[in-house]
Amino acid sequence: MIDTPSVDWLALSPTLALLAGAAIALLAAVLVPDWMKKAITAAASLAGFAVAAVLSGVVFDQSPTPEVLLQGTLARDQLAALAQLVIAVTGAAVVLVSWFERERQGSGEYYALLAVAGAGMAFFVSAEDLMTLFLGLEWFSLCLYILVAVDRERETSLEAGLKYLIVGGFGSAVLLFGSALVYGATGELSFGAIASAQTQDDAFLLAGLAMILAGLAFKVSAAPFHMWTPDVYQGSPTSVTAFMSAATKTAAFVAMLRLLVTAFPEQSDVWTIAVAVLAAISLVWGNLAALAQRNLKRLLAYSSISHAGFMLMAVAANSEFGGEALLYYLVPYSAMSVGAFGVVAARERELGKAATLESLAGLGWERPYYGIALWTFMLGMAGFPLTGGMFGKLFVLSAAYDAGDWWLVILGVVATAVSLAYYLNVVRWLYMRSGAGLRLAPAGGSPPRDTALGVAVAACVVVTVGSFFFVQPILDAAADAASSLPF
Amino acid sequence: MLTTLLLVLPVVAALVLAIVPLPRDATAGLALLTALLEVGLWIVAATRYDFDAGGLQLGTSREWVESLGISYTVGFYGFSIWLVGATVVVFAAAIGYAMWTGRERPRAYYALMLFLSGAVVATFVAQDLLLFYIAFEAMLIPLYVLVGVWGGPRRLSATLTLVIYTMAGSLLMLASVVAFGVTQGTFSLVDSGTSDNVWIFLGFAIAFAVKAPLFPLHGWLPLAYREAPVEVAAVLSAVVSKTAVYGFLRICLPKFPEPSDDLAGLVLVLAAAGLVYASLLAFRAPDLRGVVAYSSMAQMGLITLGVFAFDDLGLSGAVLQSVAHALVSASMFLLVGMVELRCGTGELASLGGMARRRPVLATVVLIAGMIALAVPGSATFAGEFLILAGVYDQGWGYSAVVALGIVLAAMYMLRVISAILHVKPGPAVREEAPDLRGAELGLVIPLILVLLGLSLWPALVSESSVSGEAADVVLEALR
Repeated sequence: MIDTPSVDWLALSPTLALLAGAAIALLAAVLVPDWMKKAITAAASLAGFAVAAVLSGVVFDQSPTPEVLLQGTLARDQLAALAQLVIAVTGAAVVLVSWFERERQGSGEYYALLAVAGAGMAFFVSAEDLMTLFLGLEWFSLCLYILVAVDRERETSLEAGLKYLIVGGFGSAVLLFGSALVYGATGELSFGAIASAQTQDDAFLLAGLAMILAGLAFKVSAAPFHMWTPDVYQGSPTSVTAFMSAATKTAAFVAMLRLLVTAFPEQSDVWTIAVAVLAAISLVWGNLAALAQRNLKRLLAYSSISHAGFMLMAVAANSEFGGEALLYYLVPYSAMSVGAFGVVAARERELGKAATLESLAGLGWERPYYGIALWTFMLGMAGFPLTGGMFGKLFVLSAAYDAGDWWLVILGVVATAVSLAYYLNVVRWLYMRSGAGLRLAPAGGSPPRDTALGVAVAACVVVTVGSFFFVQPILDAAADAASSLPF
Repeated sequence: MLTTLLLVLPVVAALVLAIVPLPRDATAGLALLTALLEVGLWIVAATRYDFDAGGLQLGTSREWVESLGISYTVGFYGFSIWLVGATVVVFAAAIGYAMWTGRERPRAYYALMLFLSGAVVATFVAQDLLLFYIAFEAMLIPLYVLVGVWGGPRRLSATLTLVIYTMAGSLLMLASVVAFGVTQGTFSLVDSGTSDNVWIFLGFAIAFAVKAPLFPLHGWLPLAYREAPVEVAAVLSAVVSKTAVYGFLRICLPKFPEPSDDLAGLVLVLAAAGLVYASLLAFRAPDLRGVVAYSSMAQMGLITLGVFAFDDLGLSGAVLQSVAHALVSASMFLLVGMVELRCGTGELASLGGMARRRPVLATVVLIAGMIALAVPGSATFAGEFLILAGVYDQGWGYSAVVALGIVLAAMYMLRVISAILHVKPGPAVREEAPDLRGAELGLVIPLILVLLGLSLWPALVSESSVSGEAADVVLEALR
């Protein structure tokens, strides 16, 4: 009798649910007649995300104490479960956003890839050793490379796919090389074992740490590793952009937090400074570059870089409160991001061309629902009250102040001030410019009804505003999740 | 409960207006009804507040974010009662004015006005630093759109400067809120202690100085007051600026006694300089709104002098003057709107001679103008005199400046009164331009009656705002 390792199926269930959804979607893409192919594949992937969300909620509930599974390669804890929940809900919203998207060849593959990417992220956030970390990273990155280029007939989409492939591949390679150096220095792969290897002044270890950090910084699109972000965000299908901006960031930040805190506690005086510097560069670069953008997706891309800066501030705090702040921040941020890209998608579909600031003229009055939604998201990203964005900023700034990074607090405040210029500019185009002279919409007729997208945007508004009024429950969950790391 | 209702009612009404597609008149009617209900609620609150006992009353508190010590805590001090009173009255008049002139896109307009009124009331009753910050910021959202959509031809640059100035101030305040809250371990204004950190104090003080505005942070004022719809300008100068006074009274002085004391000289000098400078600008302004706008800024300088006098006289004078100025400035702006409607312009050079055949307009403008220039016997005179007496201890020079301010006020108010009413009929004044209508009188007369009442009994406000326990809250820390 061979001893089989006991597998904790519950811990893996969110990942498995997404894989199952993807499998059904792929089968349906072949077996189901054409006219209902899209509906069935989309429904399968939506169901996969929904089940994964429920299961990760169950795992969150059932894992009060963190455990390490499968020979120290995977973690089962509330941190991973919370991140999986955010990713799954985001994915479900993205499926809704893309539901009525223009017919494309291979919609079955599209939805299947979305679910597989989600599964990869769910795996990635629970990675507890360098091997699974790299495996998870490649798993979801490969799916995203294809998703970005899925609009084969659109040149920008192909260009974005190629760029993402090259830059992303480079990032992965850097991360892998860094992992090799760390392994060389410590002889260990698992995070916990690396921490206890006691080799703090080893140059190899520090170089490895720096390269792993750089690899992850590519994924969270922190400046100066952000160069791919604007082009890829602009070129991808908008629903894919929404997924990347919210889910990829969530996954990469949670993995980064786990890796740094669990594997490199001894080197914290080095990496906190590095992360703080990354945060500062992201804040400065993201906000200044966003000022110059006319294309909405590029604008949101630079805004996501500046948000990465804020979240890095929380990581740099290297405290339990910093972890809480980061996890709280991710919730309204994901909602605002998916919602904003959802509204952009709606406008693109209505006008049949890329959404620029000009194409928003008068949207607020013509489509009051989308107008108010986009207004909410912009104010939320700027950190105005009545949205969770304000508490996100407040917690992050408080964590940074607590950690003694008062210069980051000041930089964050100045960055927020600068960011108002472009966020409020969007609001100004929505309400204060008349679209009459621009002849935006094709004459006659109202836009196609798009209930699924409307529902997704409404859900995002509810989360954005709800996370303001019900801070405590989210913060409690974030505190539970953060407490599974050894701060 | 009552306090919560006061700030939630307009917000809920705003949501209803935004969601339910009511016809035009019903929308305006519902908005006005809500504003009047607010006045009613405030009267109930004012009668329930025990002025003899003073202190924090009618309070509610609920945990919000326990781990950081953030709570929803609201309540009234004596001075907040009077500031909220001015707010609800001015908003009722402003919404009435909007209803009378008619505004395009009424649902959005009234929803934003009501939301703004809720935010202002929330600022005046907030007893938690973060709640205060939220309310303070929330005022900007509706103001931005109200000016940017319904404003005059240069509204876009007006909103831009308004937002840049106020947000720069607010974000400094955010940094200060974080620093203060984290060091104290609580954001509650009731439970937190004092701090002697000058930088944190400055973050707050600059935010309030922008909002007031105080010299030299007034760059947003001329454009915003000129381009805003007239009733929004009224609200802006009458009550939104007073949130700065509340901030000084409730946060800067009690929480930062040492920095307040150390920097009092600087603030006093700037306030005094602003008073004189703005009065001169008002005297030179070529249009009606310019005069009222700069006079408003001068009054804010005066009120700040009273606040930083650090004694009972100055503080109660500052509150009395805040309330009186809120009512005066609202009536002046509404009157300016009525004149502009008749003549199509506010240029002083094109106005004149309107008193002929328009006796009611002449009388009302004259009364409002007289109160505005602080004629002895008026509420504003009482306020200015208290401030003058209060600030004397800080240096006789400040009192001299206040006295000079009163003289200058007389100069610019008389200039504007005569430019509207007397001299030769200007080119913009048509023969057939009517006298004030009944509806217009219905808006202005209540404001003026309240002012006359206050003039008869200014002690109602001045003796019940910053005295007893409320004064201790502000002053105890300073002694």
